[in-house]
Amino acid sequence: MQKTYSQPTSRREALGSTLRRAWDSDLAWSFRHSPMAILASFTTLVFFLLALFAPWIAPQNAFDPGAIRLEDGFLEPMERSSSTGMLYVLGTDSQGRDILSAILYGSRISLLVGFASVGFSMVLGVTLGLIAGFVGGRTDALIMRIADIQLSFPAILIALLVFGIGRGLIPPSQHEQMAIIVLIIAIGLSHWAQYARTVRGSTMVEKGKEYVQAARVMGRSSLAIMREHVLPNVIGPVLVIATINLALAIIEEATLSFLGVGVPPTQPSLGTLIRVGQQFLFSGEWWILLFPSLALIILALAVNLFGDWLRDALNPRLK
Amino acid sequence: MVAYILRSTAQAILVLLAVGLIAFSMFRFVGDPIANMVGQEASQADRRELAERLGLNDPVLVQFGRFVRDVAQGEFGVSYRHGRKVSDLLMERLPATVELAVLSALLAVVAGTILGVYTAIRRDGWLSHLIMTTSLVGVSLPTFLIGIGLIYLFAVELRWLPSFGRGQTVKIGWWTTGLLTESGRKSLIMPVVTLAFYQLTLIMRLVRAQMLETLRTDYIKFARARGLPERRIHFKHALRNTLIPVVTIAGLQLGSVIAFAIVTESVFQWPGLGALFVQAVQFVDIPVMATYLLFVAVVFVVVNFIVDLLYFVLDPRLRTGRALATG
Repeated sequence: MQKTYSQPTSRREALGSTLRRAWDSDLAWSFRHSPMAILASFTTLVFFLLALFAPWIAPQNAFDPGAIRLEDGFLEPMERSSSTGMLYVLGTDSQGRDILSAILYGSRISLLVGFASVGFSMVLGVTLGLIAGFVGGRTDALIMRIADIQLSFPAILIALLVFGIGRGLIPPSQHEQMAIIVLIIAIGLSHWAQYARTVRGSTMVEKGKEYVQAARVMGRSSLAIMREHVLPNVIGPVLVIATINLALAIIEEATLSFLGVGVPPTQPSLGTLIRVGQQFLFSGEWWILLFPSLALIILALAVNLFGDWLRDALNPRLK
Repeated sequence: MVAYILRSTAQAILVLLAVGLIAFSMFRFVGDPIANMVGQEASQADRRELAERLGLNDPVLVQFGRFVRDVAQGEFGVSYRHGRKVSDLLMERLPATVELAVLSALLAVVAGTILGVYTAIRRDGWLSHLIMTTSLVGVSLPTFLIGIGLIYLFAVELRWLPSFGRGQTVKIGWWTTGLLTESGRKSLIMPVVTLAFYQLTLIMRLVRAQMLETLRTDYIKFARARGLPERRIHFKHALRNTLIPVVTIAGLQLGSVIAFAIVTESVFQWPGLGALFVQAVQFVDIPVMATYLLFVAVVFVVVNFIVDLLYFVLDPRLRTGRALATG
């Protein structure tokens, strides 16, 4: 049962007590006692900040062809530019692009697509799950049947398919500008079913509870009940799935870009950089491939481990 | 059991029809089929005439019916990009993918089961810990990075294995195989390992968890008390009871091996269906995309069906239970 707290006298006090309660909660305790979770969330945060502030941190604007010097191509890590004396910490690629800057800008695209597609699939899946669970009947059967069929196919296949269809529907002249949006929709559409299934299950449980009946008696509309009463009670497990799916979405974006069907080469993500670097695997320019790969591995591993910890800490019955 | 099979068949047909509808919509509504066939110079009259001849003016339901009939006869249209019949393209590339997928599936199931049993029996051995840690790291790695890593190690540094293609293949009828030549076999190793890796770790973890559960039960203790040799207990008594969930997951995963082959084939430039599909997506080659979708759907449905039947073979209780229930 929820305890009732006395009315706080000021805003600051309210904030203080919220923070104290958050610090004392089971989740925070579990976080403080898990070095893995701290390391993973710290790494994710660092990546996030680096990506967010890439235009200010990066030595070079990796997306601006004018900033790149062709004569600085294939410089090894820690080598300096012969003309400007600029230090290339992680070396340069064939066109003289600074690898470090490319990674910073690339993570930006990877994280943008990752977060946006997770957000998209979450909104779509939760909405459909709520409707399926709350309305029931034929609507429920239809939505869940589609989810079943989709869940039996691997996400990467769905994403490729949606991407291909998206390209078919958009005129070729706009492919470049629309690529990221199509990519977000493609990855988002390949993951909604899991949210829908989870939310539908817990919605059906919540639907029978007294507070929903009370809200009905008060004359609230179905839409309002779903949004304001049921939704807050079913959202917990959704956030866990979202965290785990973020790692999946980042890997999926990297895979699609690696396959050459993701973001355009003018705005390389980590996957595109790996695709480019792979061409120099045999000629000995190892740094072009190694550093973007390491960045992707560390990012995916950190988000994954954080998601695993969150799942174990909250321990909702998933799957 | 007959009722059960009938029900699964009905479900399978429903799924296939649903996927067929998606494939049909792609043909019909993505891009302009006429523009893809006649080019820029065709006159309005030509276009109308072609649309009439192709039956594009018929009711959509009639068109869908015709589409299903064509597909049932193996007629999938002509690739926009290659200008050849999609069915020919598919048949040409099918052997490469099937060889890769079947070998990967075998490797994943056999090695996964062995490693799973081993890590369950020697729970605290250093080797078990090593295997478990490797699998944990491996699962979070994207498939294409595992492939690139293998290429770097075995093709670039050690120069033991070829880095791309199928090597020399032998033609047997319309089927081509890489299994009969040395270069063909060598070419298979890295793609097979890459493709099998994810499923292998999954099956291993599953077998391990199931084994640990089973080893705690009374009948295993009883078997020990009877003085049966450990080997017999582990493999005859325990393993058999862990196999039901393993077959389920393995079956479902093996279907996805075909789909995951998309990535592996692209890394190793393997001339299979997956690589064809990726190209089709790049160039919006709708007939190839739609046909590949249908192909994968059929594979999934067939695999699911076989898995359902396997339950009856593996679990005698199911057979008698069903027999009692139905009559």
